[in-house]
Amino acid sequence: MSGNLEIDFLASSTRALGDAQLRRNFRRAMDGLMAKHAAVFPDPAEWTRLRALGAAIRAKNLLKLPELLEQLEKNLTSNGITVHWARTTAEANQVVLRLLEAHGIESLESDLGEYIIQLDGEMPSHIIMPAIHKNKDQIARLFSQKIKNAKYTEEVDELTAMARAVLRRKFFEAQAGLSGVNFAVAETGTLCLVENEGNGRMSTHVPPLHIALMGLEKVVERLEEVPPLYSLLTRSATGQAISTYFNLISGPRSGGEQDGPREVHLVILDNGRSRIYQDPELRVTLACIRCGACMNHCPVYTRIGGHAYEAVYPGPIGSILTPQVEGVGLRHELPHASSLCGACAEVCPVQIPITHLLIRLRRESGHKLPGSTVLGAGEARSGLEALAWSVWGWVLGHPRVYRLSTWFATRFWRLLPAGAPVLKAWTRSRHKPRAARRSLQEMARSKGVPHV
Amino acid sequence: MKCTMGHPGGSPLREVYFYATCLVDLFFPEAGMAGIELLQSAGLRVIFPEGQTCCGQPAFNCGYWEQARAVARGQLALFPKDIPVILPSGSCAGMMKVHFPELFHGQPEAAQARALAGRVFELTQFLVDQLDLKLEDLGQPVKVTLHASCHAQRDQGVLDQPKALLRQLRNVELVPLARERECCGFGGVFAVREPGLSEAMAADKAEDACATGAELVLSTDGGCLMNIGGTLERRGFGPATMHIAQFLWERTHVR
Amino acid sequence: MSEREAILAGLRAARPQEAPPALDFSVLEEKRWDPQERVARLRRAMSAVKTEFIEAGPGDWPKAVVDCVLRENLPNLLFGPHTTEGRALAAAWPDRGPRLAPYDQPVETFKQELFEDIAAGFTTTLGGIAETGGLLLAPGPFEPRLLSLVPPVHLALLRADRIFDTLFQAFRELGWNRQLPANALVISGPSKTADIEQTLAYGVHGPKRLIVVLVS
Repeated sequence: MSGNLEIDFLASSTRALGDAQLRRNFRRAMDGLMAKHAAVFPDPAEWTRLRALGAAIRAKNLLKLPELLEQLEKNLTSNGITVHWARTTAEANQVVLRLLEAHGIESLESDLGEYIIQLDGEMPSHIIMPAIHKNKDQIARLFSQKIKNAKYTEEVDELTAMARAVLRRKFFEAQAGLSGVNFAVAETGTLCLVENEGNGRMSTHVPPLHIALMGLEKVVERLEEVPPLYSLLTRSATGQAISTYFNLISGPRSGGEQDGPREVHLVILDNGRSRIYQDPELRVTLACIRCGACMNHCPVYTRIGGHAYEAVYPGPIGSILTPQVEGVGLRHELPHASSLCGACAEVCPVQIPITHLLIRLRRESGHKLPGSTVLGAGEARSGLEALAWSVWGWVLGHPRVYRLSTWFATRFWRLLPAGAPVLKAWTRSRHKPRAARRSLQEMARSKGVPHV
Repeated sequence: MKCTMGHPGGSPLREVYFYATCLVDLFFPEAGMAGIELLQSAGLRVIFPEGQTCCGQPAFNCGYWEQARAVARGQLALFPKDIPVILPSGSCAGMMKVHFPELFHGQPEAAQARALAGRVFELTQFLVDQLDLKLEDLGQPVKVTLHASCHAQRDQGVLDQPKALLRQLRNVELVPLARERECCGFGGVFAVREPGLSEAMAADKAEDACATGAELVLSTDGGCLMNIGGTLERRGFGPATMHIAQFLWERTHVR
Repeated sequence: MSEREAILAGLRAARPQEAPPALDFSVLEEKRWDPQERVARLRRAMSAVKTEFIEAGPGDWPKAVVDCVLRENLPNLLFGPHTTEGRALAAAWPDRGPRLAPYDQPVETFKQELFEDIAAGFTTTLGGIAETGGLLLAPGPFEPRLLSLVPPVHLALLRADRIFDTLFQAFRELGWNRQLPANALVISGPSKTADIEQTLAYGVHGPKRLIVVLVS
């Protein structure tokens, strides 16, 4: 995870590519999600308009981010919700731990997918479906091993019922509930939570203490801006027009209520976001509403899954967010792990130009551009690669030199060994490319095609 | 010949530029020649400027913009007349049309890049949308499938045009390719920088191509062709590959 | 400098120059259906995710609720006694048989019973959403939050003439942008998950069954 000096994307992705079970699980899951996505946005005109509205709302709100955060804090506070600010994840953890001190610190995941992976000591592999890399028999085995008195079953309904029973007890006993926030409304001082299972409401309304954590970019100015974003979120994430539950929390137990938490706290987390905010081109990274559609449609993510990215945020959004948060030198492999096919940008509900930003971050990782505020800019510069591109640029910038080299290539390509550097990465799975006997330029000239 | 492009004053189109692209120039020259001849058969005078090298996309994609500009600057200067520039490649057309303005933003060549972008076309897009080219099939029955590159599809919106041209050929059966919008794994430098990822994607694309039962896989892009073709050839069985320009020319003209 | 000041100062330093984009909500505003269509859309969308519907008239819905409880062999029904609807339900409740339990004490006084013994909860709603299906609720002192969450069965009263075209429209008409209750929510069906091999399973943590008493 972040701070890990042993991050090696080549190793982790190679491992994932070789895992046939993982490949099968993800292929099936992503194909299903892509089909659902297509089905829930059947009208291209409506998709275009809704998406444009979503992008505009996020852009507008990002432009006024500091004011909106202040307005949010003011309205949350007058609603009885205590607001904390944390520049780093360490600081955020400190805030949470201090609040939990009086109540005991054992923490348990309540979402079924998160619960499954917590039982197995794993991290999530997808931001919406954290256990997507597991199939039924893996889950069945896990439950029968880790849950007291559980029998082995692969029936989904029975597995679900087992988890319901275990977690129901925990909801009953819990002294505190932690949640994220999908949207925070500045106008009304409200935290919005989107969920299907009911664990969100269980965690935030049953225990006496509710602590919510939120990246500072999640604030939305007005309540009326929430429905379009919410619609884009549920459709993009799981192909649902609406989630089972949509919770709007504007205060703790108050004014004669019989239940609800006594205390509600919000921790506003920066963790590199205010730095991303400085750059007008990269700022749009913060528009993300965490739907996961980009990873569902990514041909790379489909083949390696989320763990291979070794980051909280994997896939395309992870490949632009993680380097900016952790350093583009440390994480230089992520922006390069893409063929730039553009499937992600095509489905992003808030029109983040992901491929454009991948190229920008590739540039930042290898160069110290004047005025750049990107963390770790230039740290992954390879002198060898820079030299190679300079030679490339010189040859292709001089047409006569280029023509000479293509002449050589057409006449002598056979002499180039398949195991030559760079070429061998190609030929390990493909036939060596064959240069033609004559280039098109020669052919066109000999056929009398005019050049002016 | 219907043509929606014209000069101010409404005179009909008579000339176009043809830009080879480095991959077609070196690896698929017959396809490039076929593209030129298809345009000539529509009555156009095709100009093949000297000094063509590369659109600069590899360096652009890798973030080496100074080097990309050094190359692209020279290429910008090859098209002085205000006439269309046709490329037998979706990705290179995308580079000139969409990315040249980005690359030269804030540079002295900015206006020139924007002006060029307005008249760049991928070949099949031009043949269908601008020329409404009519084709007559002279060949024997054949089953083919089509892989349109990601850049063709997403930067240019090109998928229907190659299909429309193929559907005009009555002895050609176009079999749909499963997951046709999914990348084949070429991605330019990606293929050699991330070979594991690239070959996993290429293997699946090759598998999907074989599953169609087609004898031939066609593409608008040389990079995709090399990738899919090279993968299939290493396997030793499966369809052959061909650039769509070459296919269209060979089907509609006796050699 | 506090964390807060440091973060805000950092954000303010950016001084973005771009003009804010205009927001065009017409794609949502133009979704309008006539009253029958609204009911039909809501029913279709919610039934597709296993919501059950009982039809009743404005005078006989309490009896429909009682009949449902008897039919389903539910031993009890938790409700908020201090609402108009609560009083109407209590008035129609049979003397013998299932228990009509009031939720008018703090949850701490009967938490174990709530989690282990209560079979069903009854709530009113503020309305529904036609476009996607969904019920709008505003829990408060008279109908507590857990009433629609903890009991395995949730019976919800929905008036057919209070169905809004979209969530967007509902927010506007309810005036929630000016005054939101401490807790408001939308419920579109019984609880569900697709976390195990993307296979839908119902009844995870929230209610296993949602029964809508549709009054028209």
